[in-house]
Formats: sequence, structure tokens, C-alpha cells
Amino acid sequence: MTQMNMVQAITDALRLEMRRDPRVVVLGEDVGKVGGVFRVTQGLYDEFGEDRVIDTPLSEGGIIGAAIGMALYGLVPVPEIQFSDFIFPAYDQIVSELAKMRYRSGGEYVSKLVIRTPVGGGIRGGLYHSQSPESLFIHVSGLKVVCPSTPEDAKGLLLSAIRDPDPVLFFEPKRIYRASKGDVPEGDYTVPIGKARIAREGDDVTVLAWGAMLYEAMAAAEQASEQGVEAEIVDLRTLWPVDIDTIVESVKKTGRVVVVHEAPRTCGFGAELVSLVTERAFLHLEAPPVRVTGFDTPFPYTLEMDYLPLAHRILPALLETAKF
Amino acid sequence: MADSNVLERLYRQMLLIRRLEEEAARAYAQGKIGGFLHLYIGQEAVGVGAIAALQPDDYVVTTYRDHGIAIAKGMSPRAMMAELYGKVTGCSKGLGGSMHMFDAEHHMLGGHGIIGAHIPLAAGAAFASKYRKDKRVTLCFFGDGAASIQGFHEGISLAALWKLPIVFVCENNEYSMGTPLSRTISVDDISKKAAGYGIPGWQFRGEDFEEVQAQIGKAVAQARETSMPSLLEVRTYRYRGHSMSDPGKYRTPEEVEEHKKKDPIAIGKQKLVTAGYDEAKLKGIAESVEAEVADAIRFAEESPEPELSLLEPTTYDGPFAS
Ligand SMILES: Cc1ncc(C[n+]2csc(CCOP(=O)(O)OP(=O)(O)O)c2C)c(N)n1
Ligand SMILES: [Mg+2]
Repeated sequence: MTQMNMVQAITDALRLEMRRDPRVVVLGEDVGKVGGVFRVTQGLYDEFGEDRVIDTPLSEGGIIGAAIGMALYGLVPVPEIQFSDFIFPAYDQIVSELAKMRYRSGGEYVSKLVIRTPVGGGIRGGLYHSQSPESLFIHVSGLKVVCPSTPEDAKGLLLSAIRDPDPVLFFEPKRIYRASKGDVPEGDYTVPIGKARIAREGDDVTVLAWGAMLYEAMAAAEQASEQGVEAEIVDLRTLWPVDIDTIVESVKKTGRVVVVHEAPRTCGFGAELVSLVTERAFLHLEAPPVRVTGFDTPFPYTLEMDYLPLAHRILPALLETAKF
Repeated sequence: MADSNVLERLYRQMLLIRRLEEEAARAYAQGKIGGFLHLYIGQEAVGVGAIAALQPDDYVVTTYRDHGIAIAKGMSPRAMMAELYGKVTGCSKGLGGSMHMFDAEHHMLGGHGIIGAHIPLAAGAAFASKYRKDKRVTLCFFGDGAASIQGFHEGISLAALWKLPIVFVCENNEYSMGTPLSRTISVDDISKKAAGYGIPGWQFRGEDFEEVQAQIGKAVAQARETSMPSLLEVRTYRYRGHSMSDPGKYRTPEEVEEHKKKDPIAIGKQKLVTAGYDEAKLKGIAESVEAEVADAIRFAEESPEPELSLLEPTTYDGPFAS
């Protein structure tokens, strides 16, 4: 075990897999010599050279389109999109090509690649450096979507993602890139895609969270505990395919569910989670499901801490749901 | 020989932009400005010279490195600084920040944070001018990095096809974030791409605002009189990092110092000296600039933050889910 933050854990995973598998290449804006704007690819250029750690032009559509082609020819590209806010020039490639390749070719071709991209607010970045677009990708059939909240999970999930037979979007919560520290196993290990983690046990209300908001949910749960409400927190880790069994099991125990996410509420992933829970645990519910989310507006520069569903907004939702 | 009033006005504008940004950098270091702050320091002659070639009701559209261009287009330093501070008196009500300099009164159609996205949009504005026969020209700025993204090609292709009154100005400062141009593009002069669209294009250096004004002036005249778009590459250099969080280790101090020898502000000052300005007169200009900068800072510091209730009605007309 080594103490690492999430940036170091992700770098570690990339390095390990590039040493192990010569098909793996990294490409993106400033990922080479500079080592990426968040320094996630630092050191890779020196170790693996410019054929495997590729500085690209500013061209998200080109980066993802080319990565899809590389993957069709048997490489395993791990492109970086500098901020998930800048993924949209590549949205067409992702939706029309990447997600549909297996289906369109009758299963003959699969573009398996991993798109890494920082996500979420908390750095005062305003509307173009803060968004959480996960539901726009979950909605597209054919993609897997991952968002870790700890360094250990980040490394293990990234290794799983790179070895997964399908394309994976790997969202990295930038607010906790360096703030989240923890023991990370050395060497090779994987955390399975599609498995949630119970981050805190409790009997009174289930909280579904991921990424940076996991920590806000944990903080709110500690405060709720002082008032006699014990929250069970499920860290989804993989958003799609979601681990519905773990979620439903928890909700059957607590009878109550609160979903927390940074993205706007309408058609956010919370809407899908609430539907799934309602379909499968309707008779166990003792309170209406609640969503604590960003607003249905662009992500603001100044009012960021109001927009984010921080602990002070989660706490009343926990207490009210528990008492309903 | 240019009119010394014009020289003074443009020199003062460059100095104002420089000093506003230096103070913004200080406020950023103090945590009063957050997020991303991309400074124009070193490139002032491009925006100031180019906009001096326009009529007041012509349109300007630019990227996120937009403070200098907004000021040159007429935005008040107060509205700019208050936006950086995230105050409700800012040009975007404090909800946008540094990359969102909009000013309808002065036909400033925004700073745009998504690279390349604004280029087709500028073509659309030029289309509207042609449609209305109002003889306005649109000036569209972007960086060298933008020449690799779809919006660049789509926007210029449409403008060329429809013969729109627009001038595309690529501010080539040799770097796209931390990566030099030589590693990200296959040509050494972005204006060469004009040939592919069948429009004129040429390249020039951008340290001398009079030179910039003259070169852009030619392109603006073509756009206004014959509705012929063009693609110009202006060679320039930013003295600071890409944004405040970039220490700029990918360049040597010698390289930066070499460029600082061609500082547009120093060149502007020399022009005034040649035109007969003495120390006292130059000091007077500097003092009036300092007063305006101090006023903008004071205004930004004293202004209130936006209220939460502003978010939804600023997003769209409604209604909102409760
Ligand atoms: C579509 C998109 N991708 C990536 C970014 C992140 N980004 C912001 S500025 C920049 C470099 C731009 O370089 P250039 O166009 O040369 O302009 P300069 O910063 O030099 O003025 C990058 C990669 C972005 N804003 N938009
Ligand atoms: Mg540049």
C-alpha cells in the first residue's frame, strides 16, 4: 500500500497498463511533454515516448474519431479530454460512431477505448470548467460510464476500464483530484465495473452518490447521525451499468432514498435512479424519493457553492426523508 | 504621420488594458478573482490596432482571452473588473466571469470559452449584416490553437461561400496552452489556409498597433465594400502563462525576454515621444490610466454579488420545474 491522491493513482494505473500492454496509447491536448493540465499523464511521455503519448491539436472530434479508428485496428487508446465541458465537439463521434460500432458491424468490430475526462465543480471554474454531463452519455446505449471517488477505486476501475471489452467514459472528479488521499495497493489489481460500494452503513435512509459529492453525503450523514438518523451511503462508482441490486437491497432495508448529484436535476441520472428504485422496491418505500442536485441552469461562476449539492443541502433532505 | 490625438488614444487604451490586467492578476493572487483568468499581456497591439480599424457599430467576436478586446471595443473597465470579481454589476452579472465579456451597447458579441465555437457564430452575425444591408463588418478573433477545430473550418467555409463581410483574425502567439504550434499544426502560417476556401489571407506581425490597424484596415475595407471575407494571421506573443494557473515552464525565460524587447506598449510610447510628447505629458496619461484602474477595482470590490434568484431568469424565459 502507498498513500496516493487520485491524480497519482490514475497515473499509476496508466503507467502500469502501458508497461503491461503495448497496444495502449494515450492522446490528447497537452498530455505529452506538459503531462496534462492536471498532470495526470506526467512522466508517461518520458517513459513511453511520443508514439505512445501523443500531443494532439486542439480538436476533440479529431481526438476521439482517431481513437475510435485506432481501436478498430486493435490498439487500446486512452484519450484525455481536458475538461468534460469540452467533450461536445466529440459528442457526434461518441454517440454516432463509438457507441454504435459493435451494433452496426453486427458485433464484428468493437471500438474499445477509455475516454478519461475531469468532471464537476468546486474550482470556481464557472460554466465551462465545472459541468457534470454524465447523463448525456448514460442515455446513449453502448457506453459504460464510471466515476470513482477514492484513489484506490480510481486505479482499480481504470485498469478494469482499459481491459473492458466495451468503450468506457471515465469521469474524474477534479475537485478531489488532490484532496482525496488514501492507501492504494501497489501493482496490478482491479475494481470491477458495475459494482457499487457501501461507503457507510445505516438503517434509516439510503443515499446514492458518486465522485466528489460522496464526501458531501458522508459529511451530511455524520451530522444526521448526531440527530439520530443513520444514513447508508452507496458510492455508485460505476454509473452505467449501475449496480441496481446493491441499491435495491439497501432501499429495501431503509425504505427511503435520497440521490445526490452535481448535474442539473431535470433528466439527471437521479431521475433514472429514482425510477429504477421505484420499479423494483415500490412496496418497500416509506417516503417519496428525493433528489438533491445542481439547478436547472448553467453552472454559475459566483454562486458555485449554492449550486453544488453540498452537505448543508443534503442534511435537511436526510432528516426530512427519515421522518416522513 | 498619424494624428497625435489618435496615437494618444490608442496608446492609452493599450496601457489601460495592460494595467487593468496586471491588477486583475494581483486580485487573482489574493483570491478575489477565481477560476480561470487568461491575460492578454503582450498582445495588446493586436486588439487595439484591429478594433481601431472598425466603425463603432461593427461587430467583434472573440475567444476567452477577451478582456483587452472588450476594453478596446468600448466596454467600461468597471463592467469588466466587476465581472472578473463575480459581482452583479459585471458585464455578465457576475455569473460568467473572465471568459464572458459581452457588451451589447458596444456590439461586443462576447468572449467565448469553447474553442472554435464562436467562429460559425461570427459568420452568422456577418450574414445578418449582409441581409440587412447595414454595411457593418464583423471581426472575429481566435488563437492559433483554434485552427485545428471544426468550428474554424465550418465558419470560414460558410463565410467564403456566402461572401460575408467578415475578417477572421488569428492571433498566433506560438502556443496553444503548453504546446508549441510546431507540434500541433502542419503549416507555419495559418493564413495559408485561406487559399483552401478561396478567400484572401496574409500574415503580419502584431507589435505595432499602427501596422495592425493598417493591415486589418485593408481587410475591413474589402469586407465592407465587396463583401469579401479574409483570414489574417497576426504574429504575437503572450508574456504570461496560458492562464494564471500556468507557470509556463514549457518556454525558456530567454525566449520570453526576447519577445519583451518588442513590447507593444514600449513601441507605442516611442511613437508618442517621436510625436513630441514630453515626460510630463506621458506621466499625465499614465496617471489618468491609474485613476481609471483604481476606480474599476474599487467599483468591483464594493459591488454586491448576484442573488441566487438571478440564475433561473437569466437561463431562459421559463417556466422552471419547482
Ligand atoms: C473545445 C475546447 N477544447 C479545449 C479547451 C481548453 N483550452 C482553452 S484555451 C486552449 C488553448 C488555446 O490556444 P490558442 O487557440 O492558441 O489560444 P491562446 O490561448 O494562445 O490565446 C485550450 C486547449 C477549450 N476551451 N475548448
Ligand atoms: Mg495560441
